[in-house]
Amino acid sequence: MKTLIKNGNIVFFDKIEKADLLISDGIITKIEPNLRDFADEVVDATDKCIFAGFVDIHVHLREPGFEYKETIESGTKAAVKGGVTAVACMPNTNPVLDNKFALRYVLDKANEAGFAKVYPVCSITKGENGELMSDMLSLKDQGAVAFSDDGKPVKTSQMMRLALEYSKEFDLPILCHAEDMDLTNGGVVHEGYNSTIYGLRGINRASEEVGIAREIIIAANLGARVHICHVSTKGSVEIIRAAKKLGVKVTAETCPHYFSLTDDMIANFNTMAKVNPPLRETEDMLAIRQGIADGTLEVLATDHAPHAHWEKECQFDNAAFGISGLETAFAVNYTYLVKQGIIDLPKLSTLMTKNPCKVINVPNNGIAVGEKADITIIDLNKKWTVDSSKFVSKGKNTPFNGMELYGLVEMTFVDGNKCYVRDDD
Amino acid sequence: MLKNKDLLGLKDISREEILLILETAEHMKKVVCSPNKKSPYFTGKSMATLFYENSTRTKSSFEFACSYMGGSFSSLNVATSSVNKGESVLDTLKTIDSFGTDVIVIRHSQSGIPHTFAPHVKAHIINAGDGMNEHPTQALLDMLTLKQNFDTFQDMQIAILGDIKHSRVARSNIWGLSKLGAQIRIYGPGTLLPAGIEKMPNVKICSSVKEAVKDADAVMGLRLQLERMAKGLIPSMGEFHKKFGVDEQILSLAKKDAILLHPGPVNRNVELSYDVVDCPQSFINEQVTNGVAVRMAVMYLLTSNKQVL
Repeated sequence: MKTLIKNGNIVFFDKIEKADLLISDGIITKIEPNLRDFADEVVDATDKCIFAGFVDIHVHLREPGFEYKETIESGTKAAVKGGVTAVACMPNTNPVLDNKFALRYVLDKANEAGFAKVYPVCSITKGENGELMSDMLSLKDQGAVAFSDDGKPVKTSQMMRLALEYSKEFDLPILCHAEDMDLTNGGVVHEGYNSTIYGLRGINRASEEVGIAREIIIAANLGARVHICHVSTKGSVEIIRAAKKLGVKVTAETCPHYFSLTDDMIANFNTMAKVNPPLRETEDMLAIRQGIADGTLEVLATDHAPHAHWEKECQFDNAAFGISGLETAFAVNYTYLVKQGIIDLPKLSTLMTKNPCKVINVPNNGIAVGEKADITIIDLNKKWTVDSSKFVSKGKNTPFNGMELYGLVEMTFVDGNKCYVRDDD
Repeated sequence: MLKNKDLLGLKDISREEILLILETAEHMKKVVCSPNKKSPYFTGKSMATLFYENSTRTKSSFEFACSYMGGSFSSLNVATSSVNKGESVLDTLKTIDSFGTDVIVIRHSQSGIPHTFAPHVKAHIINAGDGMNEHPTQALLDMLTLKQNFDTFQDMQIAILGDIKHSRVARSNIWGLSKLGAQIRIYGPGTLLPAGIEKMPNVKICSSVKEAVKDADAVMGLRLQLERMAKGLIPSMGEFHKKFGVDEQILSLAKKDAILLHPGPVNRNVELSYDVVDCPQSFINEQVTNGVAVRMAVMYLLTSNKQVL
């Protein structure tokens, strides 16, 4: 099976070039201008960009246990619609991904679904209860790419120390949801003017920053590597920037909503804007953009957190935290980072594909001869309006609904298979 | 006329609407104070109260307001109702709505409950307190009490003291009073001041009780929930009273004709000293009377199409 993609602007990690691209049996075999090879299918990509498929290392697929929110099938289908060809799925399922049976189940389901690739993240501690380590080495052998207790922090500093110490020797990536729950103290939104005028319990920035500082200081003292998830505050960016300067082996990610929205979105108790960490203020939003520009934050992930409609259509305190982000991530990233001149397209590709793969130790050379054909074709000029009712994900929970964004995914290939084609609606 | 179907807070209503409620309440107060407490302003109409939090005065106040206007009411006892069987707030509201209720008065410990659910019911919703957010009829009765003691709200100086952070009364008063041109001075321990409060309209944070009260036209104490101490937000009631409470000496720093307000119930010798509660400048009992009048006005205005009485 051969597919020839003609006349596209290929976005590499370091440059953009107009060329044709030939896929043979799932592998990229030629990248040259004016290819005249015979192919089973020819795709015209004139005026469109071809990216290496995005790799989202922070996704909640919810299965097993919460299939009413999302299934591995619906989540990976949403992924390819967003140009994402691989996701790392978080272990806060039921049962928790802390054993080989649950892990095998996820891999099998992903295989059956046949959309985006799935790299399971298993829990750092058994049951994510913060007390005993999971069998991390065995789980790695069986397909876990990284470890995280995401959804909540590892409660004690000692447990985090042990996890970083144990994983260091084998270079197991540890992805930290850093948060000091004492400081969070039941908060539901960012602590500031908006929490005050709506009478909602606030989460001070210190909650996240103390958590991040803890992980970094422990990692620094052990010489271990640590990855910080979903950075949302100005102070966090400063802490991570300083740690990198000191040579600490820390990587960090942020999500589209932290550099495009502020806590003004919670007005009138809008539960769609309820997310953890919470949407912050303008100064944080700008600091996140700066952190992306200067390399402090080198990974863009979604923290895709789908929920059933009834988990959002309720009083704010009871509403679930989270945003269904797979289908808007690229467009938000492109609209708010590239169109605003903060980064260019190759850098965006680096932040959405190359760097996340590095964090989870998955080789990825992007678009290159001999590589697997995980690619996505995007029309950057297309302006579209987010309509959550058209989401493929079961989770329609998004604060971006109704917003105008640029950049629409036209087609996505995983291992050379066309997994998504946009249909005009 | 009120523009909205419901009264959810003072944040989202206009100065004109507030003044209309206060004027109507002044008329209603005549009914409350007359020997024959009968009026036709709610005849043939019904009210239900749904209180998920304890209340003595607010709930009774709404019930009297309904009775004095010839309406019927039912007060749902949350403790013995199906709420206890796990029924959601929205489902309960829809049930009450289906009885044909004209007005539903709701109080809940979670902020935003009336705002989230009011669009789903036909009845007019009156917010009788949602979490830390708003308690509009309490602020309106405070404003009525002020109106009856002063000529204008413009540049009136009002000191609000104590637990601002958890106070829906403080928030509703700030929204309402600022719309009428009053200036609000805030003072309390740092642990009980919410973030960004100084950005609310016409609000100034003071650095002592004395500064807040000096030459003020009105001093408002707020009830300190006893659980705040258990949670470690203040070290002791004694220290709170000494540094943040109001006694007659502090009150004497205010203007001569200044009045003392408190939403009740008072913790004597905590936010207010034992004796200052009953001093001549205290309008705490007058506030209760005004509460009935204000609630009559709100119920009448929400359910009537006529602009004036």
